[in-house]
Formats: sequence, structure tokens, C-alpha cells
Amino acid sequence: MSSIHSRATARLALSPAVILLLAWMAIPLAMTLWYSFHDYQLLIPRGNEFVGWENYAYFLTDPAFLHALVNTLALVGGVLLITVAAGIGLALLLDQPIYGRGIVRVLVVSPFFVMPTVSALVWKNMFMNPVNGLLAWLAQLLGMPAIDWLAQAPLLSLVIIVAWGWLPFATLILLTALQSLDAEQKEAAQMDGAGALARFRHITLPHLARPTAVVILIQTIFLLSIFAEILVTTNGGPGTQSTNLAFLVYSQALLRFDVGSASAGGAVAVVLANILALLLMRLVGRNLDA
Amino acid sequence: MAGIALRNVSKAFGMQHVIPCIDLDIGDGELVVFVGPSGCGKSTLLRLIAGLEDATSGQVLIDGRDVTQLAPAQRGLSMVFQSYALYPHMSVRDNIAFPLRMMGMERATVERKVADAARVLNLQDYLDRKPRELSGGQRQRVAIGRAIVREPVAFLFDEPLSNLDAALRVSMRMEIARLHQQFGTTMIYVTHDQTEAMTLADRIVVLNHGRVEQVGTPLQLYRHPASRFVAGFIGSPRMNLIEGPEAARHGAATVGIRPENLVLSDHSGRWQGRVSLAEHLGSDTYVHVDVEGVGALTARAAGDFDVRHGGRVWLTPDEASLHRFDGEGRCVTASEVDHVR
Amino acid sequence: MAGRHGRNKLVFTALAWVLALLVFFPLLWTLLTSFKTEGEAVAIPPKFLFFDWTLENYAEVWERTDYLRHLRNSIIISLGSTLIGLAVAIPAAWAMAFSPTRSTRTVLLWMLSTRMLPAVGVLVPVYLLFKQAGLLDSRSGLVLILMLTNLPIMVWMLYTYFREIPREILEAARMDGATPLRELAYVLAPMALPGIASTLLLNVILAWNESFWTLNLTAASTGPLTAFIASFSAPEGLFYARLSAASMLAIAPIVVLGWLSQKQLVRGLTFGAVK
Ligand SMILES: Nc1ncnc2c1ncn2[C@@H]1O[C@H](COP(=O)(O)OP(=O)(O)OP(=O)(O)O)[C@@H](O)[C@H]1O
Ligand SMILES: [Mg+2]
Repeated sequence: MSSIHSRATARLALSPAVILLLAWMAIPLAMTLWYSFHDYQLLIPRGNEFVGWENYAYFLTDPAFLHALVNTLALVGGVLLITVAAGIGLALLLDQPIYGRGIVRVLVVSPFFVMPTVSALVWKNMFMNPVNGLLAWLAQLLGMPAIDWLAQAPLLSLVIIVAWGWLPFATLILLTALQSLDAEQKEAAQMDGAGALARFRHITLPHLARPTAVVILIQTIFLLSIFAEILVTTNGGPGTQSTNLAFLVYSQALLRFDVGSASAGGAVAVVLANILALLLMRLVGRNLDA
Repeated sequence: MAGIALRNVSKAFGMQHVIPCIDLDIGDGELVVFVGPSGCGKSTLLRLIAGLEDATSGQVLIDGRDVTQLAPAQRGLSMVFQSYALYPHMSVRDNIAFPLRMMGMERATVERKVADAARVLNLQDYLDRKPRELSGGQRQRVAIGRAIVREPVAFLFDEPLSNLDAALRVSMRMEIARLHQQFGTTMIYVTHDQTEAMTLADRIVVLNHGRVEQVGTPLQLYRHPASRFVAGFIGSPRMNLIEGPEAARHGAATVGIRPENLVLSDHSGRWQGRVSLAEHLGSDTYVHVDVEGVGALTARAAGDFDVRHGGRVWLTPDEASLHRFDGEGRCVTASEVDHVR
Repeated sequence: MAGRHGRNKLVFTALAWVLALLVFFPLLWTLLTSFKTEGEAVAIPPKFLFFDWTLENYAEVWERTDYLRHLRNSIIISLGSTLIGLAVAIPAAWAMAFSPTRSTRTVLLWMLSTRMLPAVGVLVPVYLLFKQAGLLDSRSGLVLILMLTNLPIMVWMLYTYFREIPREILEAARMDGATPLRELAYVLAPMALPGIASTLLLNVILAWNESFWTLNLTAASTGPLTAFIASFSAPEGLFYARLSAASMLAIAPIVVLGWLSQKQLVRGLTFGAVK
């Protein structure tokens, strides 16, 4: 297997992927950095002079930035919390012997296939609309005042919408993990006199540590860049109440055409994502073996 | 059929020199067993011969021809892997036929050869099954079938029986011995089970840390172990190895005495000790004795020898059967000892 | 004993169905609404089953929009990016799984880390580069981008699948005289097929639903279904029934594909990280 010949073949086989990803990382990132130090307006060609840290100063001191940072973390954290907690519950339930498990699983997995623009629009109009939405009707049934979800609690609304889409993912990974749990292990614990609760605490939960780490890691990657849901529901508002970093950079770049400060924002987003990624890898990476 | 020779073969994985340097000649039609403790480089050596690993230096000769640069398939060898390595998505028939297909052999010939192999190995009833539908022993036979249809110049076995239970292991061992007699093909067989080595081998190669400790027939190794390591490795129960003043009295760093060369008595003898355990096997009794100043010794007695735990016994070694080893663990003969004196 | 178990099973079944229907309800509701008239769609109290079932919303979406073109765009973009990605990822994963070196782990983690690169970080340069290269608002541009963003995931998944194939089997094939190409065709490919299939499925789904690049780099004509639906978010688009019909049309192909391939997908969903 490790003849010199085949080692060369292996390197050859690996190189397209490495070269592509290297280019994909390096070229745009370098450009982002370059723009971030220049005054570059898409609509007003002003000579693109070097402005040092000015774009960064502008972006970082913008109150919208801090807001967006907090919103980003809240979105990620909120969705993770809901999907992991509800996912564990659902997975435990679906792991029980039930009638029609196949269909139940199909029902639960379905939201995963729904594109963000669709789920966001469906939730926005048909559920969270304060006049015609189902939630408003429900509130009315219960004798409560209707809530204008997207105006009064935009971030929470977004968390709900996004969590709905990611719940199947968490549930299915955790369910797969549960089903791989050795039945003999549980039986052995039963013989050892462990009650249902003790079995759950000492056998099932530890077994779920690794898949939970996987869920957190993968979801975080996707959740950091939530965009479409914001675009079609709140447009970042009211004000900047539901603007996350991705949306902030987008609006700088493609709405205000300020390439310089958008690039500074992009660079900041990359740095922050790297910090978070490092933290995560530290925290849960141990559970992912390469 | 062919002889196989290794000339100054060495192998390193990065900085780790797994096999420093080996010279070995395996005769045509011989069944040679590589034994040694886990991690000593048996599999590596076998894979070097197979061509699955490249030698860091040195040459591999098959039938006098240098094959060091040849790909595995071009060396004309067959290998049976420890995990069997059957193709899970192919039926037994297709598994056995695979090497023939790769040779581009025509369909009718392939079928005839597969049928022949199946008959030899008693696999006729299972030809259409998938490997996962077979028992361990049947899988093993399919792996052997795949190896024999190619009519290789030599067979390589890497611990082929280690995944089987004890009874099956004995019967498969006999089957491999029978195949060897039937085909007369050269075989190299890797195991860490010394019983397997003793019963199967024409010659045994004892490996330790990638070096050849000794090569010889089973009885040669048993009677004249060239080193302390071989002495301890070959034979069951193990040879008693004694160090300290008792060894020094014989002019050696270590002396060894096999259990059957210790005469056991309940009233007199050279060493006195207490029985810590008596294993009654029916035909024999193995008595473990703690001897003060010498250590724990195992002796073989007749099946009806009556001792119990804690009993007092006397042991007398048969001086002629004593093995002497120097400080480096090499065997020294009695005359050499006299000479030194 | 049997009685207690039976009762438990009923309780669990009921609970599971209620929760599953709750999770599924937004989709069900969208489906129902798509068959209502606009008036019934906003009726309070809401009408669940007893309304005049109509197909007019579908007809209207069909007539007024260019659904088929967006559908074609979605198919080309998701399938194209995934197939090209597989062509790059399979050899890479094969090399890492079967000829690992000391740096393999590092390379893998690095690849995965490129996936963590936030898209906004490179939005501006990609936008400008595409503008210059004439790739803005083109399908090939999206194919390229989505291929690149999903490449790390594909390599990772395939690697975990390939690694489960015992090395000894490939060695046996080599001993049996298989050339590298035949080894790939007769031994590796059949054994890896389920893994490749679920990698393909998952990445087609991810690409189908990707809505950062597809929204930012396309305009009307080349936009896939994500962009098609986003156009309904304009304020005057408050026609629930029509929105529902369009939504169903946008998600139906991928939901059906997902349902049909559930088995492979569940494995794929775990990104190969959970056995
Ligand atoms: N591909 C490899 N890379 C690095 N080291 C290796 C490799 N293959 C084997 N080794 C090392 O070489 C030594 C010999 O390994 P080998 O597999 O030959 O042992 P063995 O005698 O067959 O042991 P066992 O009886 O356990 O099968 C071991 O220390 C092992 O760690
Ligand atoms: Mg070995």
C-alpha cells in the first residue's frame, strides 16, 4: 500500500481538493484584507486611497456592530439550546418501541429539507402575522393579546424559525446514536439494579456526549451565517434588533455599497468565527476523531 | 513452487526501525512458521515478502529471481489475511473467482477451478452465499479457497486462525497441514501461538524485535534453544529459568530446565520447596513449586502423583538437560563453561 | 408484564405522533393553504379541512412566474456543484483514507476549517471578482461557489466512509492481481457506494437550500428556487394561498427526494460523525 509509487498517486489524488480550497481561502481573504484598508465605494470611484485602520474604526465603533455581535451569539446560542434540548427529548421518545415509527421519522425529518426562504416566509406570514397568523388566533383563543412577533420579539422569532429547521438534524443524529447504544449495556445496568433514571443518567447521557458535540459543531458552522431568514422576514429590523454580523456586512456592501467598511466587517467576522471555531474545537473537537 | 530468500532486508517506518536486517532462506515446498511476541515484526516481514510493503533496503528473491521491485500480484504469491479480507459484496463463488478473473482467465476454466477449490474445501453448499452469511470457519475456508485457485508459487498466512475458537483452530490447523501435504507448495505461516508453530512447521523462525533469534526444526528449537528468549518462548509449559547464585554455580547468568527434566520426589532431592499449585491434567501433573533461593519452578510429574497445595516436595534437575545462558542471553555449552573456568 | 409494556407502547406512540405532527404542522398547514382561496387562507377562525379545494393558486403561480426556469436552475446548480465536488472529493478522501501520512489529520481539520470561514468575510471580493469575470448572475458561478463551500463536507463524509473499509480487503485485491483502476471499480466502489450515495444526497439538499450565495449573486433569470421564493417577500405579496402554492412547488422536489432516500440520508445527515 505504501509503495513510493502509490504515495505519489495519493498526493496527486489529494492535490485538486487542496489547491481548490487553498485558492478559495486565500484569494478572497487577501482581497478582503486589502479592501478593508482602502476607501472603496462601489458607486463613487474616489481613487481607492489607503486609509489605514479607518474602516475598522468606523465598523467597530458603529453601535450596530456590537448589537450585531450580540445578536449573532444569541441566535446561535438560542437555536443550539432549543435544538439540543428538544432533540434529546424527541430522540429518546423515538427510540422507544412505537407504532408507525417510520412515518413519525419522516414527519420529524421533513423541516430539514425546507429551504430557509420558504420556512421564513411561511412562519412570518402564516404563523407570526399579528392579524392573520395562526399564533395570533391561538392567543385570541386563550384570551391573550396577539403579539406582533417579528416587530416585538424579532430575535426570538428568528430563533424559533431557525430552530424549527435544525431540530430534525439534532434529533436524527441523537436518535442514530441512541440506536447504536448497546442493548446489553443497558441490560447489564438493569441487572446491576440501576433504575430507569439512573440508567439514563449514567449510561444514556454519557453516550450522547459525542453526538451532541457533533450537533453543536456542525450547527454552529451553519448558524453563524444565518442570512436568508433575516432577509425575508425582518430585514435586520426593527432598527438593528435582528441584524447579525452576516446581515450587517451584507447591508454595508450591497445596500450601502461601502466596500471598504464591509470588508473590514468581513475581516472582523472571520476573526470572530475563528476564535469561536478554536474554542469549539477545543471544547468539543476531542469528540470528533479525524 | 519456489524457494524464497531474503537478503539483508530491512524495514523502517519513519524513524522506527521495525526490522533491522534479516537474511533468510526458505526451501522449495517447505512450511516455515514465523513466531514471536506481538509487535516483533512478523506481519511486517510477511508483507515485505508479499510486496504490500516496500523494503527499506535489501532484496527479496523468489526462485532466485529478484522480485523486490515487483508489484504484489506479479510475485505469484497468495495471502490469507487474519481478518480473511473477503469481498463483502461478492458471493463465495465470486470471491474465489476474483483472482482468476483478474488474470483474464476464460469463464469455463474459472468455473471449473472454483468448483475444484470448493470441493477440496467442502464449500460446495455455500457458493452462492455472501461472506456475512458464513461462520468463521467457513469464511476462513473461502479465504483459503481464494488463495489456492491462483496456484501460487507460495502461500502466505498471517495468523489465519486467531479469530477462531479453540476446537475449530485445531481442525483448521490440520486442514492446512493436509493442504500442504496435498499441494506441496511453499508456505509461510505467521503466528504467535507456539503450539501452532510446533505442530505445523517444517522449520520455525523465531523473531524478536525484528531480528531472527533462531531458525530450526521444532525439535531443534526445543532441544537446543540458541538463546534465553527462544528457550522461554518455545515449549509449554515454559522452561524454568533460574538466575542468581544457583545459575552462577553452573557458570552461567541464567540456567534453564524444562519441567519434564525436573525429577519430583516427596522425600529427597536437590531443592526443597512448597507446592503453590498442582495442575492435574490426567496424563500428567504440572506442579508449581516455590523453592527458597531459587524461585518458582514448574515440574512435570506422572498423572497419579499425589500432591496438594502447601505440600512439601523435593526437586532434582537432570544435569545433562540443563541449558546455560550468558549475560546477553546467548546459549553457552557446558564445555565452553569449563573452558572459561 | 406484557400488559404494562403494551400500555407503555400506546402512550409513547400517542406522544410521539402528537409531537411529530406538531413539528410537521407548518408544512402541512402550507400544503392545505395552497389549496384554499385567498379569502379562506386568512379566515379566522382558520379552516382546516372544510373549504373549497382549488388548484387555482398553482395555476396562477405557474402562469405568472417562471417556475420551470428556476426549477431548472436549482437542479443544475445543486446537482452540478455536487457532482463536480464528488469528482474532486472522492480521490482526495481515497488518498487520505488509504495512504494516510502524518499530516492527514491536519489537512482534514484544515479543510473543515475552511467551511467555518463565514461567507460574509469573502462576500465583497467574490462579488467583485464575479462581476469582473462576468460570473455574476450566472449558473456556472454558483456551481463553482457551492462546489467550493460543500467540498470540505464531502471530503470529510467520504473519508469517514472510506476509512471503514478494511485496508486488508484492498490489499487482498492487490494480491489477487487487481490494477488500481480495477481495485477502484470492483472492490472499492461497490463497498463505498452507500457512502457516496448519501454524500451525494446530503450535498444536493444543502446546495438546493443554500441561500446566501444564491440570493446575493443572482438576479431574476438565473436564480434558483431560493431566489424565486424570496421574491414573494415583497410587501405586496401578502397572498397566503399563492405564497403557499409557490412554497410547495419550491420544496416539493427536494422533500420527496429526501423522503425516498431517508435511509441513506439519515446516515448522511450525521456527516459520518456518528456511527
Ligand atoms: N504502517 C506502520 N507504520 C508504523 N509502524 C508500523 C506500521 N506497521 C507496523 N508498525 C510497527 O511495526 C512493529 C511490528 O509490527 P507487526 O505488525 O509486524 O507486528 P506483529 O509481529 O505482526 O504483531 P502481532 O502479533 O501483534 O500481529 C510494531 O511495533 C508496529 O507498531
Ligand atoms: Mg501481525
